[in-house]
Amino acid sequence: MAMALEAQKTTALTGNEAAATALRQIEPDVVAAYPITPQTEIVQLFSTFVSDGLVKTEFAAVESEHSAMSATIGAAAAGARAMTATSSNGLAFMWEMLYIAAGLRIPIVMPVVNRALSAPINIHCDHSDTMGARDAGWIQIYSENAQEMYDNLIQAVRIAEHPEVLLPIMVTIDGFIISHGMENVELLQDQVVRDFVGEYHFPYPLLDIEHPKTIGPLTLQDFYFEHKREQAEAMQRSKAVITVIADDFARLSGRQYGFVECYKMKGAKYALVVLGSTAGTAKYVVDELRQEGEQCGLVKIRVFRPFPGPELCKALADIKAVGIMDRSDSFSTQGGPVFAETKAALYQASNQPKCVNYIYGLGGRDIEPSLIRQAFMEVKDLATSNAVGGGIRHLGVRE
Amino acid sequence: MAEMLEIRWHGRGGQGAKTAALLLAEAAAAVGKYVQAFPEYGPERMGAPVVSYNRISDKPITIHSAVQFPRFVAVLDPSFIGAIDFTAGIPKSGVLLINSSDSSNVIRQRMQLRCDTIKVYTLDASQISQATIGRPIPNTPMLGAMVAATGIMGIEELLLDTRNRLEKKFRGRPELIEGNMVAITQAYEEVQRQ
Amino acid sequence: MTPSSQTKNLLKVHQVIDPEIEPNAGWGDLPIGGVIPQGGTARQFATGDWRTIRPVWSKEKCINCHRCWLYCPDISWISQDGKIQGVDLTFCKGCGICANVCPAKVHAIEMHPEDDFKSNEAAKEE
Repeated sequence: MAMALEAQKTTALTGNEAAATALRQIEPDVVAAYPITPQTEIVQLFSTFVSDGLVKTEFAAVESEHSAMSATIGAAAAGARAMTATSSNGLAFMWEMLYIAAGLRIPIVMPVVNRALSAPINIHCDHSDTMGARDAGWIQIYSENAQEMYDNLIQAVRIAEHPEVLLPIMVTIDGFIISHGMENVELLQDQVVRDFVGEYHFPYPLLDIEHPKTIGPLTLQDFYFEHKREQAEAMQRSKAVITVIADDFARLSGRQYGFVECYKMKGAKYALVVLGSTAGTAKYVVDELRQEGEQCGLVKIRVFRPFPGPELCKALADIKAVGIMDRSDSFSTQGGPVFAETKAALYQASNQPKCVNYIYGLGGRDIEPSLIRQAFMEVKDLATSNAVGGGIRHLGVRE
Repeated sequence: MAEMLEIRWHGRGGQGAKTAALLLAEAAAAVGKYVQAFPEYGPERMGAPVVSYNRISDKPITIHSAVQFPRFVAVLDPSFIGAIDFTAGIPKSGVLLINSSDSSNVIRQRMQLRCDTIKVYTLDASQISQATIGRPIPNTPMLGAMVAATGIMGIEELLLDTRNRLEKKFRGRPELIEGNMVAITQAYEEVQRQ
Repeated sequence: MTPSSQTKNLLKVHQVIDPEIEPNAGWGDLPIGGVIPQGGTARQFATGDWRTIRPVWSKEKCINCHRCWLYCPDISWISQDGKIQGVDLTFCKGCGICANVCPAKVHAIEMHPEDDFKSNEAAKEE
């Protein structure tokens, strides 16, 4: 099916505004809402769309994030397209329900504005919230900026609801940095988004009384394992679907998405791997370094779940040393989650670059170009010397 | 505009420092610039110092870290003079825009500003705003001043964009829209004069 | 994209109202998400064999107040045409609530040990 590039509206929006706009155009049947900084504006803006009659969504203001996810699951299982949004401890509060949503195979799409988990209390950006939920069985897509948030949310609806997938998806943006930062955003027309996401079809809607069913029963030692095995297979199948939907979206918007984004990796001997808004700052540094004759590049991970192991190995196939950046720590003493999973993928690769972990930006600590440049130079040293990799460095912390 | 412009706004909560940055970004985006606007967040209450930023460029902006060396700094509250150092990071070619009834020479003295190459514009934005809009909220005139100082767009383009924006917000209150137009123009011309 | 086993399972669910799931079914043969694609399946799972005491009902004493039927946490007391018919032991776990709520002056329900009935039932089967 050939789709013409659609006319888009150029505007300036904050990340939260871009997310709320995507939600308005998707027009879910139900939005369950509970506030938490820095996500609140998404559901708050959406509530104004509801009260202004721009959408017919049933807006349920609930008493906690646990309730928000419970309500979303219930609505989606009933046969409604349902969404909610959260951050940080809000995501943590709905932790058990995340696993339940994935286990029940409910296709929910949820914006998560990345914010550090307490304690200590911190309202600023890091990835500890969504990284902490990486085993829940949700697909996780990290956005670099407001445009990506908008684009990713629209694609996520199709990915989640695809009959080969039926898994919930969290789409992230960095708290305050992107959520409250205004940037240029190109918006698709309402009808284009409506046509792209289509009608919601859940295979087991509870409100289909012609086919009575039970959702959420008990299984014992005899069947639980098989259900989880199938769930793992769905996550595996989602890779092909993510690609198909990205290609469909590219035909509409002119913007092509993948699992990773390689930035100036051609001819690069050393690189950094990074997620989120820091990728943008790192691109700025790569540009400067390349102008100075350095052979460096950047690999940005967009899809963290399913983890793009083969794609990363391919991107790093000619790299001698790589700095893997984590905006969270899993306190394993073996580095952060991105470090651990990237190394695991590289364990089977034919090219195994030396690796070093950079834990940075926790609690919203600014990651400025000079720090990224420092990381690049250290990785370059690693690439060109006999030094052994594997270290864990905390970039930007006061010693 | 060859380089990327970086701008910092200082104000107190309630004076519109955050909104000024957002309005500037929206106006610049409307004339085809790449933009960023973002505030710094601390304790949020009326009267607390607020800092916000802009980046404006003819090329896409990918950097997402804090603005460290703003070439243009706007100060919405004259009580900051001598109280906080709003010149942090400003280069020698920097430009200060200060909401004050004092002249720029007096401001320089009060600030003990040693660097002669930093340009200082002053305008009584609060007074302009009071006279035109009826409230001493300085951000709209300061917006006009900033556009004059940075040259990112012409005054007509700014007025048109602001009018479009305000028409949605102040439907049925044309006096507020016109007041804003006059405020912006007066401030713009004041900076051009200096 | 060729349909996977999952898509085939989805089709299975909508076509078949009463699928038999084999005890040794592989992971590709189950409806996804643990969905049970039928209603009222609890009736197929007899929990009555957990019982160690059982209610014995006297029709003559019963005044049809229906408290036993109301308070039974399961569905063990049968009512028809406004009259208690007796107890269906398939799901009765012998909790004794019915005997407890039967009005003291009526005393139409007594709890007796299961053992009392085993020899009788064994005799019936022979």
